[in-house]
Amino acid sequence: MARITLASHLFPYTGGVRGLELDVANVRQMFAALAERYPDLQGHLENEVAVVIDGEVYQDALLQTIAADSEVILIPKIAGG
Amino acid sequence: MSASTKYEDKPLRIVGTRPLRPDGVDKVTGRARYAADYNLPGQLIGKVLRSPHAHARIRSIDVSAALALPGVKAVVTRDDFPDMPVEYAAAGELTINYRDVTRNMMAREKVLYDGHPVAAVAATSESAARAALKLIKVDYEVLPHVIDVREAMQPGAPLLHEEQYTAGVSPRPGQPSNIAKRIEFKLGDIEAGFRAADLVIEREFNTKPVHQGYIEPQACLASCTEDGQVELWTSTQGAFTYREQCARVLQMDVSRIRVTPTEIGGGFGGKNNIYSEPLAIALSRKTHRPVKMVMTREEVFRATGPTSGANIRIKMGCTRNGRITAAQAVLNFQSGAFPGSSVPMAAMCTFTRYDLENVHVVGHDVTVNRPKVAAYRAPGAPISVFGAESVIDEMAKKLGIDPIDFRLKNAATQGTQTYYGPKLGVIGYIETLERAKAHPHYSAPLAPGRGRGVSSGFWFNIGNETCSTLNIGEDGSVTLLMGTVDVAGGSRAAMAMMVAEELGIPMDKVKPVVADPSALGFNFVTAGSRGTFAGGMAAVVAARDAVEKLRRRAAKIREVPLEAVAWKDGRAQPAEGCGVQFAPMTLAEIAKVAGKTGGSIAGHAEINVQGAGPGFGVHIVDVDVDRETGLVKILRYTVLQDVGKAVHPAYVEGQLQGGAVQGIGWALNEEYVYGADGVLQNPGFLDYRVPVASDVPSIDTVIVEVPNPNHPYGVRGCGEVPIIPPMSAIANAIESATGVRLCDQPMSPPRVLQAIGKAAGAGN
Repeated sequence: MARITLASHLFPYTGGVRGLELDVANVRQMFAALAERYPDLQGHLENEVAVVIDGEVYQDALLQTIAADSEVILIPKIAGG
Repeated sequence: MSASTKYEDKPLRIVGTRPLRPDGVDKVTGRARYAADYNLPGQLIGKVLRSPHAHARIRSIDVSAALALPGVKAVVTRDDFPDMPVEYAAAGELTINYRDVTRNMMAREKVLYDGHPVAAVAATSESAARAALKLIKVDYEVLPHVIDVREAMQPGAPLLHEEQYTAGVSPRPGQPSNIAKRIEFKLGDIEAGFRAADLVIEREFNTKPVHQGYIEPQACLASCTEDGQVELWTSTQGAFTYREQCARVLQMDVSRIRVTPTEIGGGFGGKNNIYSEPLAIALSRKTHRPVKMVMTREEVFRATGPTSGANIRIKMGCTRNGRITAAQAVLNFQSGAFPGSSVPMAAMCTFTRYDLENVHVVGHDVTVNRPKVAAYRAPGAPISVFGAESVIDEMAKKLGIDPIDFRLKNAATQGTQTYYGPKLGVIGYIETLERAKAHPHYSAPLAPGRGRGVSSGFWFNIGNETCSTLNIGEDGSVTLLMGTVDVAGGSRAAMAMMVAEELGIPMDKVKPVVADPSALGFNFVTAGSRGTFAGGMAAVVAARDAVEKLRRRAAKIREVPLEAVAWKDGRAQPAEGCGVQFAPMTLAEIAKVAGKTGGSIAGHAEINVQGAGPGFGVHIVDVDVDRETGLVKILRYTVLQDVGKAVHPAYVEGQLQGGAVQGIGWALNEEYVYGADGVLQNPGFLDYRVPVASDVPSIDTVIVEVPNPNHPYGVRGCGEVPIIPPMSAIANAIESATGVRLCDQPMSPPRVLQAIGKAAGAGN
């Protein structure tokens, strides 16, 4: 099971839950699993979140692999000027 | 991304040198064509009627008299654009909401700022268009407005959006608010951190909105045919996102809009979002004549995005030997008329230079009656870092520790846990600090009364969707189609250099062309310091794709196994140790026979680039402060920055200098000034003062190169970081010169004089 940690700005949408373990194989599956558990998160995932998988930051990478022992962190999406 | 694009330390022929830029002759001879230079036969001139009020409900709009005016061919208002539901998309700075986009380009229920578009006219001449604007009757119900971020956050403040409830708090608030969103980052135990501190400093800082100040105002030319085919020439950092945004708000297929990104006279984040483009298309759609729209400088100031103004509070604690134990920030950012400021990125950048155990950062995104903010180099970071680096300077001075040593004691390094989530990878902050400390500027004697300041900055840098095509011509010369706009001036050179390096040919055999979106797959905006990193990655991948095809073609022509063919020094030749011999073929020789041996050869890259490497910078500045006038003179300025790899060092130096100059203007002079009526009072360069050449010394630069392991040449990106440290570096220098700490930007002569006088009064 991958260990998922939510950045604190997402806590209000999970009832304060900060992290959980999920059996998912990629980012898309993770988003779906999170949205199923926490419906209020739904609108805040694909367009507002970047995903850190084992230390590497991924943006707009729905098919990026998540291994069974991966450490995953959701952070605000990053852009720039 | 495959492992093949990881950094490889190898001898380089071209990358790292300083050749002439491919677009140089056009620029210096005036041949380069910017958006306002384009004209079509039969074109009309479009002009926009803008709100004179900061906040008002639109009761009615009567355009009949305007339409009756000779020469007027069309008028568009809110009724000509479909309303849109809440729908988010990425665009430069965070995400945009199409419900807001369609209301920002043309007001619907209310006008929300001075300058908000209310109607647009197309006429046969500019004078006719201007005359028509005066004939449009708008019945407004003027509403109370709010300009200041702190006032906007108060209960009972005039509400911009009655349906806006603060997101990010639980439970959902019962009352609507101008606070669109609250974000929070926590690491460790902040209270325990303050208890462990020997020194705690807390200060409040205020900054004003500042504009990107690009020299070229927004301009576009749109042509829509009777069958709904659109051509659009425009000044943009993202031809693809402009196409997408226009298509969405006009409910068209993206394939029906062909966007030509013209040469761009500066963007700095301000040209990531559409303004006049959908209006010009809509006017052309009504008239079937081309419509040209060029903003005046006044319109640029009143209606295009500045960056946020902000109110921030920083509280930090450290031990007496200079180890930071706690770092806390509250960041209140103006987002303008619609939500979506850079406060999330400002929050993440506030303290990310340091290895900290206890951090708490809260940010608020606040709507006010000002134009919707847009990205501006390292969006948000200069503002929050102004506060954090000022407090760090104060802590170092109170403890008698050298400010660079103080930073070195706390510096982030590989493996540092950030408070926003990930651990940092390979970074060069310590190397940059050490180069700063060793720089002659840092140890140069200072005359009495003058001051020296230091500050530092961090930016993530980004990758994102990027596509490129490399066409090998029949004579062996190469055309590189790039989808990232050459907004920084120099990225065409950088791309051509990397491609030439990959192919083993001279750089002048590569012609880089900024392609329109009909030629390539999707490219994200050129922003976030991604141009050379992500655009370069796509160019390298396309070049390697071409090399593979060249190898295959050579193997077929020479009738040898593919494994026997290596690509080296610009030609296909026998692979070392393969035991097969054949006559090598140069790229030109293969290209010459390509048509008769299987067809022409091209390389492609359609990728979503990941693996951006963060950048860190350190600035040193010397100032002289005139005690009688409050004028701050920049005497000497040095920028040191880890850029990973400088593909073309001269253009990297230009980026570092340009960022510093913009930061100097931000620090000392620039601000939006509003009257009590909510109307902008200084919409022009006479009253909104950007630095000119005589305001700044020659800015010294030091390029530090700690390669990004996720780029074939180690590139990180360099455009964002250099605008982050100037404000705090200059504030620290002023304190060094006068003993007075300024916490309000701009540190203009009246404010400096007032602060010096106040301090003298307190001393007396």
